[in-house]
Amino acid sequence: MADKSFKTLILAHLWVAFGAFGLACVLGFYQVLERSGLIDFIESPGVYFASVSTHGVLMGFVLTTFFIMGFGYLVAATSLKTPLWNPKLAWTGFGVSAFGTVMAAIPLLLGKASVLYTFYPPVQASVFFYLGATLLVVGSWFWAAIMVVMFNQWKKAHPGETVPLPMFAYTANAVLWLWTSAGVALEVVFQLIPWALGWIDTVDVGLARTLFSWTLHPIVYFWLIPAYIVLYCLVPREAGGKLFSHDLARIAFILLLVFGLPIGFHHLYMDPEQGKGFKMIHGIGTFLVALPTLMTGFTVIASLEKAGRDAGGKGLFGWVGALRWRNPVVLAAILAFLMLIAGGFGGIVNASYAMNAMVHNTAWVPGHFHLIFGGTTVILYFAAAYAVWPKLTGKSLATGSLALVQLWTWFIGMIILSTPWHILGLLGQPRRISSVVYNSLLTLAWDPYELAMIVGGAVLLGSALLFLHILAKSQKRGEPVEEVTAEIQYAASEHPVTRVPALLNGFGFWNVVILALMLANFGYPIAQFFLTKTFGSTGWGY
Amino acid sequence: MSNDPNLKDKLAEDARELMALPGELHIDPLERKWIFVALGLIGVFVLAILYTAFAKHVHPPGEMETLDSARLHLGGEFAEDKLGVVTQPDGSVKVTLVAARYGFYPREIKIPAGQSITFRIASADVLHGIHVPMTNMSTMVVPGYASTVTTIFPKPGEYPMLCNEYCGMGHDHMWSKLTVVSQENWRSGLTNTQSTGR
Repeated sequence: MADKSFKTLILAHLWVAFGAFGLACVLGFYQVLERSGLIDFIESPGVYFASVSTHGVLMGFVLTTFFIMGFGYLVAATSLKTPLWNPKLAWTGFGVSAFGTVMAAIPLLLGKASVLYTFYPPVQASVFFYLGATLLVVGSWFWAAIMVVMFNQWKKAHPGETVPLPMFAYTANAVLWLWTSAGVALEVVFQLIPWALGWIDTVDVGLARTLFSWTLHPIVYFWLIPAYIVLYCLVPREAGGKLFSHDLARIAFILLLVFGLPIGFHHLYMDPEQGKGFKMIHGIGTFLVALPTLMTGFTVIASLEKAGRDAGGKGLFGWVGALRWRNPVVLAAILAFLMLIAGGFGGIVNASYAMNAMVHNTAWVPGHFHLIFGGTTVILYFAAAYAVWPKLTGKSLATGSLALVQLWTWFIGMIILSTPWHILGLLGQPRRISSVVYNSLLTLAWDPYELAMIVGGAVLLGSALLFLHILAKSQKRGEPVEEVTAEIQYAASEHPVTRVPALLNGFGFWNVVILALMLANFGYPIAQFFLTKTFGSTGWGY
Repeated sequence: MSNDPNLKDKLAEDARELMALPGELHIDPLERKWIFVALGLIGVFVLAILYTAFAKHVHPPGEMETLDSARLHLGGEFAEDKLGVVTQPDGSVKVTLVAARYGFYPREIKIPAGQSITFRIASADVLHGIHVPMTNMSTMVVPGYASTVTTIFPKPGEYPMLCNEYCGMGHDHMWSKLTVVSQENWRSGLTNTQSTGR
């Protein structure tokens, strides 16, 4: 970790990620305010939908991709204890992704790409938006390739040895991302870009939605796996304990990789272009993929419980009080779990084959994913940043307890925001409206919840700005840390890890399994668009 | 990735190893129990879904059926004079709607409570979604495809039918009115089978 240029590479990725995050939080606050109808002069569908599109792209594509790339390089180099392979390639990937981000951001901010982050043909955006989004993804493929190469090189140099868990899990994420991004890449390259350029007149919207659904579910595991790596590999040590179960951790990551992919049709339950049978099969797969998350909950909480008992906690719940609540990484993990439990419950409703009809595309859905992505996942990104910042900058976190305030406010803000959001969904409010103009008595019941969401949004914005302040101030003014603490230390396993079976030390076999499952679950549903006569749509403005 | 030239043998070996996997791992007894609990939980959810689907026939929409959204007005099921509520000879009720910026046409419809209603909906332009709040009358309306939903409204009353998919700058304004009348009122007022508004 002595290499300064390596640290610069990581910091560049993280600053782009967190800068995008800060801007997206400002937009988010504007959106709750605009949507409430409280302030007349900011009412504008044009600005609102441009803002929602930008907020979604910044949070879902820019924050995540740059954070995952930067944190991934760091995990690879520190867990394998080797220098980064081919830093020039890593910088090229960064450059391509950053260029793509700017190229997409310009039309987004000008209102020339108000098609939401899910693209939604046949409304058509500026071609620069599609090209920019593509380049952002292409840049991330450089990252994925570097991770896979480093994984293979290490295995070759250490025959018979076990790849350290953090690297094993992160490489699973790189493999997952290559599979995941293929769906949207096919949509954008073969449908949207040629269509936006006028090379083809129409796109088949059913096919486009099917290809997007291929990406839309596993992408959340791409976001989530680094957060789980924080839980498995950083949290137990920060809590003063060890990882309870190493072997099953590897199984959990493999299950996420394999079963996260072929289940995207739970996003298409309400769509006419896919049949009930495939929807049901994808739906059952969606429930199976809850297993690794339930395993993670058990293992990580067991690790925390042991640490709490070692610290003197007694009785059934005494260990909870004995945890290191003042350690930001531990606190973030506890809060992440609380949000995961609530968010996971909501997810079961969305995932339910038929019950989903009651909440589909209502406010319930953004309520759900803000809790589980903005809450659970992002709070663990904060934890990762707090854990690695001193190692990257060589300075301690400047404001010790301010980080705790930041994490608590993020949690509280997210609860205040997402609880009324769920309720609005149950009361029938659609998710993507900029104002409530329906002349129906039903809407009177919505008002108080919209006001509560403004409070939640304000608390979250404050917390986000505080986060950026802590990072900037620490980097500039923090006390230099001693050389000894400059290495990242991963949690040790409760049971010594000697040798794991080859299946838990590589991905060759699992790629074959994924291929078979993808062919079974997406083969015919995609082929059907070429087997029957379908009618494409010309481009529409918005 | 495997460099083994004989991929089949390699896969067979992997499969054998997969079978042997549980025995080779270190699993805490408590954790083993938890995995069974977790699988049991998932099993209960999946069985509940299978039960409602196959015993109670509750399914989401889903039969791929293509149409040309650009030619709806030229004739056929979704031509203007065919839209609205129709009581079929067998007494069942069918509602045919076109979703287009910014409304579901006809804008006001009346249907009976307590009996099965089949909706047929097509988009004349972009992506839309239709939802009657607090009911399971919901489907996406995708250009190029016909949507079919069959459901029962147990409670009479006035319901909005809201567009729940972003479809353009006027999306907020896209909704229509649905009136559900009791069976008695439906039968007594059954002079016009067609809906009133357009």
